[in-house]
Amino acid sequence: MQEAMIKRAKELLADGTVNRVMGWKRGEFSYDITPAVFETAEELDAEFVCDDLTQANVSKYLIKESRKEGKILALLKPCDTYSFNQLVKEHRIIRENVYVIGIPGGPKIDIEKIKAKEISGILSVKNEDYTLKIETIYGTETMPYYEAISGKCENCKSKKHVVFDELIGEDGDVLESNRFEMVEKLENMTAQERYDFWRDQLSKCIRCNACRNVCPACTCENCVFDNPKSGIDNKAAADSFEENMFHIIRAFHVAGRCTDCGECSRVCPQNIPLHLLNRKFIKDINSLYGEYQAGADTTSRAPLNDYSTDDCEPSIVHERGVE
Amino acid sequence: MLKISAAKLNDLFDAISAKQTLYIPVDREPNAAEFKKYESGMKLSASLNTIRSAKDFFFPQTENLADFKMNGKNIEVKDIREESEDFVIFGVRACDARSFGILDKVFLSEPVDSFYKNRRDHGTVVTMACTRPSETCFCTTFGIDPTVPEGDCAVFFDGENYFFLDRTEKGTKFVESISDMLEEGDASKLAEVQENARNIMKKLPLANLSTDSFGGDKLNELFDSDKWADLSEACIGCGTCTFVCPTCQCYDIRDFNTGREIKRFRCWDSCMYSDFTKMAHGNPRTSQLERFRQRFMHKLVYFPANNDGEFGCVGCGRCLSKCPISMNIVKVMKALEVK
Ligand code: SF4
Ligand code: SF4
Ligand code: SF4
Ligand code: SF4
Ligand code: SF4
Repeated sequence: MQEAMIKRAKELLADGTVNRVMGWKRGEFSYDITPAVFETAEELDAEFVCDDLTQANVSKYLIKESRKEGKILALLKPCDTYSFNQLVKEHRIIRENVYVIGIPGGPKIDIEKIKAKEISGILSVKNEDYTLKIETIYGTETMPYYEAISGKCENCKSKKHVVFDELIGEDGDVLESNRFEMVEKLENMTAQERYDFWRDQLSKCIRCNACRNVCPACTCENCVFDNPKSGIDNKAAADSFEENMFHIIRAFHVAGRCTDCGECSRVCPQNIPLHLLNRKFIKDINSLYGEYQAGADTTSRAPLNDYSTDDCEPSIVHERGVE
Repeated sequence: MLKISAAKLNDLFDAISAKQTLYIPVDREPNAAEFKKYESGMKLSASLNTIRSAKDFFFPQTENLADFKMNGKNIEVKDIREESEDFVIFGVRACDARSFGILDKVFLSEPVDSFYKNRRDHGTVVTMACTRPSETCFCTTFGIDPTVPEGDCAVFFDGENYFFLDRTEKGTKFVESISDMLEEGDASKLAEVQENARNIMKKLPLANLSTDSFGGDKLNELFDSDKWADLSEACIGCGTCTFVCPTCQCYDIRDFNTGREIKRFRCWDSCMYSDFTKMAHGNPRTSQLERFRQRFMHKLVYFPANNDGEFGCVGCGRCLSKCPISMNIVKVMKALEVK
């Protein structure tokens, strides 16, 4: 597949359709892959990578890239196309300046899952018929592919590309996923248990801002948390609840716009399951306003930006809070 | 050499913590260790290192420096400092132990940071030699020997016993305080374990990373390099690298009005942030390229320029494993090095 992508990218560069390619670059090891812009066929041959370990969603970079001279080729996995579409809908990405090739998605491998099995000194990871063969300084290890699947792929919502100019590989369908399972578990807890769960998780936060900065829904030019004039910038957390507030507020800010791409949880150095907060909002929006998937299209009105007379009454939410 | 058997390690922890606060690395999740205040029964993590570095003990992420009370035209400054209690950090790795030396150069040189010094004076650093380095480790590049770590007291594990080597006055006091639990042991197997670890260090993928192209005298050629644009291109400016880094030392000071008084806080800052060193006219570094360059120039050029050639990185590898886009000091060094 990687070869097909490089080949097609080179053709599009050569015939002038695009002048740059947004992809990923290999690193020192097999897993430290960096999003990168390629300008020549030579660069693509030398450094382009898109394999089982290539997870990063590059949609957010296209905000900046689509404002540069010429058209850029973007290779998007199904989940990335939702982020891309949402950004087009919000007038953040200039659609005309991006040539989109839909590429197959995961399930991708997360190196952290391999390391969690106490496999260290990792030199290379190979997928041999859904068994991972891992070369390490301490010898060869194997583990089943499915045990190393990235958290964001575990509950894949869709294999369908919602936007593309052409495809490499086949298009899939929207999936019946069980992505709300854990949210339901949390809902069924007592308020105290739920509070304890979140306090426990969020107290791990080091406020590195990776979740916010990687998030394709967080594209404000100056985030309220970085703006001393906003009055709520909280670089110095006076007490341990402030980091919790950051997450609660951020979840509200992206409600109805979060496509559930999974990047926030993927990049969190402290393994905080941030996606559960966002999924709770998605689930609530679905049940209160009807099924809605952010990024699925570029024309519909988002439930929280729209008013209709049969919208749910605030009292519904209030009653829930009391219970 | 004095030793204690692995089976008795927790008895030792119990004894230390009966006298002073003890922190040890414990597994929060598989492959996610953190320093925790020891409570009876806690298990020492088998992970190589903690996700957060140990710098928090001396340079916490946030601290209240002072309070002010306004009364008409009078401002009352309340010094809320308290003498820190004595504490022991057990299980610090050689890389992090060296990072304390780097932080000392910043906080203990004139004018001495009394907040930092207070904690430093009261903390005993017990280090633990590495036997199973990770592919991301490159401490040896900065002249650190992970098999004989610095610190007040170094601990070595040979698979059965923990051996204790006091390295400072504080360390000697520490070993004396637990001497009734230790016994004289045969360290011959230990030498083998150390030799083995040294051989692994030589085979690590980053073992040949060199600092030759860096240092205080390389300012202009490195600052002006045209490689920064490519290197910083994908950086999302999150600051994860600076927050997990044991040697990152920048902070901001903020005042908060609680309505009744003003509370002054110090908190970690990151040169990767848009509001870093923000002045009346804005941030002097207007692009992410400049901010990104600052982080690496600081570690590889500015710090050595001001500190007798010592680099501001200890090769712990945290920025290698935690950067969301996998950009890090090793990639920067490899791209900029003169071959
Ligand atoms: S990425 Fe994780 S640790 Fe960093 S700010 Fe977000 S939740 Fe906190
Ligand atoms: S180098 Fe990586 S960790 Fe550091 S600010 Fe940039 S993206 Fe974040
Ligand atoms: S720059 Fe990276 S490798 Fe160096 S000390 Fe900091 S986190 Fe560790
Ligand atoms: S300038 Fe940046 S990299 Fe250097 S110590 Fe300060 S925060 Fe860390
Ligand atoms: S960098 Fe060196 S001292 Fe630090 S954990 Fe790795 S081997 Fe040990």
